[in-house]
Amino acid sequence: MPDAPALGAPEIGWVFRREYGRAVAVLVRVFGDIDVAEDAVQDAFTVAMERWPSTGIPGSPAGWIITTARHRAIDRVRRESSRMDRSTQAARLQAPDDPADGDDEFDEEGAVGDDQLRLIFTCCHPSIGTGAQVALTLRLLGGLTTAEIARAFLVPEPTMAQRLVRAKGKIRDAGIPLRVPGEADLPDRLRSVLAVIYLVFNEAHTASAGDRLTREDLGAEAIRLGRLLAELMPDEPEVMGLLALMLLLESRRAARTTPEGKLVLLADQDRSAWHPGLIAEGQAIVRRCLRRGQPGPYQLQAAINAVHSSASGTEDTDWAQIVHLYDQLLTITPSPVVALNRAVAIAEIDSPETALALVDGLDLNSYYLFHAIRADLLRRIGRTPEAGVAYQAAIARADNGIERDFLIGRQAELGQL
Amino acid sequence: MKQYLLSVYQPDGPPPASVDLAEITRDVNALADEMKAAGAWVFSDGLFPPTTATVVRLQDGEMLTTDGPYVEGKEHLGGLTIIQAPDLDAALEWGRKCARATTLPIEVRPFQRDVS
Repeated sequence: MPDAPALGAPEIGWVFRREYGRAVAVLVRVFGDIDVAEDAVQDAFTVAMERWPSTGIPGSPAGWIITTARHRAIDRVRRESSRMDRSTQAARLQAPDDPADGDDEFDEEGAVGDDQLRLIFTCCHPSIGTGAQVALTLRLLGGLTTAEIARAFLVPEPTMAQRLVRAKGKIRDAGIPLRVPGEADLPDRLRSVLAVIYLVFNEAHTASAGDRLTREDLGAEAIRLGRLLAELMPDEPEVMGLLALMLLLESRRAARTTPEGKLVLLADQDRSAWHPGLIAEGQAIVRRCLRRGQPGPYQLQAAINAVHSSASGTEDTDWAQIVHLYDQLLTITPSPVVALNRAVAIAEIDSPETALALVDGLDLNSYYLFHAIRADLLRRIGRTPEAGVAYQAAIARADNGIERDFLIGRQAELGQL
Repeated sequence: MKQYLLSVYQPDGPPPASVDLAEITRDVNALADEMKAAGAWVFSDGLFPPTTATVVRLQDGEMLTTDGPYVEGKEHLGGLTIIQAPDLDAALEWGRKCARATTLPIEVRPFQRDVS
């Protein structure tokens, strides 16, 4: 449309991407079917591409999308039910909780949040595999396209499309309910929702292969999902803990790599490049969590990162506090990886020798960080040849290019000592 | 209402000595009664071992009858329960009770047709 050059396909696409999750969540509840909801939003997008260039973006884009999509979906289902007997779908259209009658624009903001909360629990249902949980959550709550999700997880697009189709088919056929679980199941079910969000975040935070930009988008998406969940479940300490943890880790992103893309360890990072806003927000959440006194794994990891964030360098880091937090974390989640990280802090308040003794007692032979940390401790003690062997073991097990390059660099430095 | 198949998978061969079959039978029967009282029970029974199975199949237009079972593995279908439930979460709750009663893994699978 010639009169509105500023409102082109990219702008409309951007608004849709932002509002997609909200619209789909509402429509899934209304129609009881994810495919119907997604098709309807896609139809509304087509209508928007025709109309918005001349009418402009409506005051409430989500409301407009939901209302338009509802009408399109009803048309579509009526057409289909006249062709074949799809009485169950037709029945769904008269569902009693159908919110908007007539042409009124949908305006139940609170209800949208409830719908999104229900949908995220459906996407992360334990009967769906982890990979599919992640893909579904990014697609239905995050509004990422199948192509974007495929790229981010380095999977061919048809594979990702098939994964999504299969997962949506399981939700429909197995009768996975659209519901926030009851009190008895909530802790377990919430754990898998948090795990999915943190998995998305970690994929962005540590992986280096593939499209860099997409990876960073994934980190932002994880934080957006974390914020959404924090808004919807503000009384769940672990939800807040996960958000704080992601904010604090994200605050260091610019300092984690050199402009050439080389890895920089926490100890060597330029702390002036850390993002003060994210740190302040993360630390404020950690303080609120501490006051509440219901620690969990995410809160404790956030607290550990908050201690790092308040130090100007490794010398004035409160390592004793960090060890204390790791002790708590070990009590809640006894895992050798946590014990390994605790040993790193022990090296600071005690000695590398003490830390090495702890590390050597851990059964983590296949984990590259186990060997990398051993190598560093051996180097500090002056057992250089053994350090070289340990670096070699770490290099052989690291499957991330940036981390491998870093280890190769460290190993080479040994020879110059 | 949907209907779900709860399949009991048990290892081939006789049960280990530590297994108290009488207790399991008692628990499984009690669970069937609980399902009936809740209106969830449709059918349940245990199966004779796979050595009692016979396979019939059409091959090149000819009907063959052979000694079973059709699938050989380390585990076999030991018994099954059919329940009706409003959704998967409710079916999984019965599945968990079944796993506790039988002490064996339970596969929960939806049937295609909804029942009223």
